[in-house]
Amino acid sequence: MSVVETKVPAGFVPVYTRPKALSDKRFTYCPGCDHGIITRLVAEAIDELGIQERTVGVAPVGCAVFLYEFFRCDFAQAAHGRACAVATGIKRANPELIVFTYQGDGDLAAIGTAETVHAANRGENITVIFVNNQIYGMTGGQMAPTTLPGMRTTTTPEGRDLRSTGYPLKISEMLAQLDGPAYITRQAVFDVRHVQMARKAILRAFRNQLEGKGFSLVEIVASCPTNLRIPPAEGVRWVKEQALKYFPLGDLKVRE
Amino acid sequence: MPPKGMVVIDKDRCKGCGVCVATCPFGVLALSPEFNRYGYNVAAMAAPEKCTGCTMCAQMCPDAAIEVYLYRPAKEAV
Repeated sequence: MSVVETKVPAGFVPVYTRPKALSDKRFTYCPGCDHGIITRLVAEAIDELGIQERTVGVAPVGCAVFLYEFFRCDFAQAAHGRACAVATGIKRANPELIVFTYQGDGDLAAIGTAETVHAANRGENITVIFVNNQIYGMTGGQMAPTTLPGMRTTTTPEGRDLRSTGYPLKISEMLAQLDGPAYITRQAVFDVRHVQMARKAILRAFRNQLEGKGFSLVEIVASCPTNLRIPPAEGVRWVKEQALKYFPLGDLKVRE
Repeated sequence: MPPKGMVVIDKDRCKGCGVCVATCPFGVLALSPEFNRYGYNVAAMAAPEKCTGCTMCAQMCPDAAIEVYLYRPAKEAV
């Protein structure tokens, strides 16, 4: 579909190319969405471990709902929030497959909390990529459980009121208390250094599954420039100054 | 003497978000006035001679639209 128009002159060798695990399909995310970076990091991890032939992804409901079109591997589409339950079934039926889910906060932290908590508590040998952008992006920017206090969304036009809607839900801290999970970490992708750290975390989460260590969850704090109504390049500042106050980065649980 | 590196931006994938422009430490990239067929102002190399091929723009690109090349004529000669 896409045509690269610029010709590369002789003497130039590629040092960074599009991951092989990604299809030719153009991403359906909004301009500047952090989802695109995270999708690419997952594809790079699949490339690096050479597991494309036996990887099965579970797509969520949300902005990443067309994920099955972006990857060159098998995919299942789960009902809203049930990706961890579907992944459990796939992994138990075919333990040699590498199964990952890719979910947003409206999917994993709201409607799918029960499935996520129980999959983690059972220590299912799956990898979960959790994109926390503090909002329901695809449906038009409604409040999610992870929405920051005072943050304006279409359902909280005066800002999130803690008295009526409670506090931001810290899924990673919750899961880190359980004995089941092997690896719980929170990363961000707002600059190159953090992209590389997130890349390592995703690689580790996939390696854990290859080694049979158990449930691994990588939470990535992202921004949604479209629904925050800010230019894409300012999403960086939003994550740094606002989101990281409630969602501090780092490894929350590592079981060797 | 050619520049150390160069980037190739897939014009159909680029959505003109400007993240690469803000990321590039050498000011190589800029949004061009040219539109792609989806109506976005695509990013392009405004100062190609400054590119070092550091890959930072490609690592931050949310649409996996950037490929980075380094000038290595010795390997070409073999």
